[in-house]
Amino acid sequence: MEYEIKPPGKFKINFAELWEFRELIYFFTWRDIKVKYKQTVLGAAWVILQPLLLVVLFSYTFSRLLSMETGTLEYPLFVFSGLLLWNIFSSGINSASNSMISNANIINKIYFPRLIIPISSIFSTLVDFTIQLGLFIIVLLIYGKYSSILPMILLLPISLVITLLTTFGLGSYLAALNVKYRDFRYIVPFMIQVLLFLTPIIYPVASINIPMFKIIFLLNPVATAIELLRSGINGTPPEWNLVLLAFTISLLFFLVGVAFFRKTEQYFADLA
Amino acid sequence: MKPILEINHISKKFRIRHQLVPYLSLRDRIVDTLTFRRTTSSEEFWALNDISFNVNAGESIGIIGKNGAGKSTLLKILSKITLPSSGNIISRGRVASLLEVGTGFHPELTGRENIFLNGSILGMKSREIRSKFDEIVEFSGVENFLDTPLKHYSSGMQLRLAFAVAAFLEPEVLIIDEVLAVGDAAFQKKCIGKMDEVAKSGRTILFVSHNMNAVYSLCSRCIHISKGKIQDSGSTDEVIKGYLKGGSEQTHVRDYEKSNQLIGDDTATLLRARLMNKDGHTIEYIALDEPCAIEYVFRIHRAGLNPVPNIHLYTNKGECAFIGSIDPKGGFSSPGIYTATMWIPANLLNTGTYSAGLALSTLSPTIVHFYEQDAILFDVIEDMNKRETEWKNSLPGVVRPRLEWKIEKK
Repeated sequence: MEYEIKPPGKFKINFAELWEFRELIYFFTWRDIKVKYKQTVLGAAWVILQPLLLVVLFSYTFSRLLSMETGTLEYPLFVFSGLLLWNIFSSGINSASNSMISNANIINKIYFPRLIIPISSIFSTLVDFTIQLGLFIIVLLIYGKYSSILPMILLLPISLVITLLTTFGLGSYLAALNVKYRDFRYIVPFMIQVLLFLTPIIYPVASINIPMFKIIFLLNPVATAIELLRSGINGTPPEWNLVLLAFTISLLFFLVGVAFFRKTEQYFADLA
Repeated sequence: MKPILEINHISKKFRIRHQLVPYLSLRDRIVDTLTFRRTTSSEEFWALNDISFNVNAGESIGIIGKNGAGKSTLLKILSKITLPSSGNIISRGRVASLLEVGTGFHPELTGRENIFLNGSILGMKSREIRSKFDEIVEFSGVENFLDTPLKHYSSGMQLRLAFAVAAFLEPEVLIIDEVLAVGDAAFQKKCIGKMDEVAKSGRTILFVSHNMNAVYSLCSRCIHISKGKIQDSGSTDEVIKGYLKGGSEQTHVRDYEKSNQLIGDDTATLLRARLMNKDGHTIEYIALDEPCAIEYVFRIHRAGLNPVPNIHLYTNKGECAFIGSIDPKGGFSSPGIYTATMWIPANLLNTGTYSAGLALSTLSPTIVHFYEQDAILFDVIEDMNKRETEWKNSLPGVVRPRLEWKIEKK
């Protein structure tokens, strides 16, 4: 094994090296999951309680109090399906953007491909997602939507890829920025809050008639990913041209985010 | 055979910002840009300047030098944590570093879980960790606490566990930085033994330490770095000898007056302090068998009180070695500048790093006029060539006096 250490150079993702370090990705993910619910009384039950409480809250406010119309899909199912992907995005962004700072003590002392840190922080949110998906399927069964399950599962991989690419791109971009400017620690939660309202999670796209919002939905890959999943549940045909657009945008997010991360990474140990 | 590490003209530049915040804030950046004002000025600083040397497979090389000489920066570059500003390194083997043991330990995880996590961070495969697990546990001596969260461990136990994991790494090149500064004497001995074993097993070691004894016993070749450049390199004997000699010429002095940091009250202020050898030269470290003195200069502003100079000497582990004091019996009753000198005889302090706190206090009524903690830091070093025995390891204890012995045969 021969390699060269030289001054900062041009951007390139070293996939072979990432593969070499795959066990470390596993261990970091495993650590994040283990530590997450330590010293809580309910422990891992929070993974289920958190979305369930939100669904109840939103259903009560928007369906009961404001009687929002969500077509053939019952409001609780509507909001739950939205939260399912949204949770990947919001908690992924949250943990990825803080990941470089919270692992600064390791970054300063040991070398490994730095991308491993945002990668594993997003992987750990996928574990929560899997559990919540199981819960969602149970809820679908309770509502008697037996025929919805298979189409939803078939469309899920596409929705998931779009969501993950977006989350990972934005997450690693913010992770790198956070090393340089700690302000982002305060900006990110606010930004996520704003994005929650700019994504059709608690209200359907059809209920909005403002043109600017229509454009935002088009450019928001997570919005399209959620709509795609819902079309599976509803049995309506997906709008494939929108899905393609969302995929392209998410890929762009991914490439820009990772490129920025790689460019900044060379100075992490000097800055953090 | 080609060398396992080729270090070619490595330099590292840091930009020192003259700004008191540890990180940039976006607001400052925006304000600066909008107002065309520069609230930060920067200055270049070369932590390493054109360092070149080769390391052959199986060699143990010691890297010595004062604090801030650039040793740690060099190791960080070698272990890929930070990149050089210019120059390159060709590496022909897996490099692992023990820049600090216990990296990535998580207090909420158990000992068992931390062994796996830490091992993986250090670059071990999980198969490798599993196969060495029992040995690691045995070496650390924490068998009974394996399933206890790390936060309930004592700091000594955490350290033993950390070193145990690192000790079973099997890279071709092992970088070790100051691991010996920690742990009790028995554990230090165990560590030195383990490193000796590693060195003898044919692996390459780069060893950075202030502990000349450890460098002496581990390394055949040595590099002395000073101000980012290679000052000297060659056989450990020669380089350490040069380093020790160089020490007596280097200045080590605190001038509170010149730096406008006068310490004291309306009765007395501390002006200057230094460590000196028996010829009166200012020094930074002293050989075990040489006497040295701590000297400090202070000004008495008013008469009336009867202040007593006293020096508090601590080891780098924070143990108090002694408090040296004298009763001047009214010697400072008149205003003026005084010099107080305390001589530490040869063969009193053991090898190690010491810190002297300088004080002037009146005993009745009790008033501390000044107390400057860590005013002077210095090393006591042993020239291993003077040891007549094969035993070249450091000896425990704060003091190492030569006492009178009498041996009789019955």
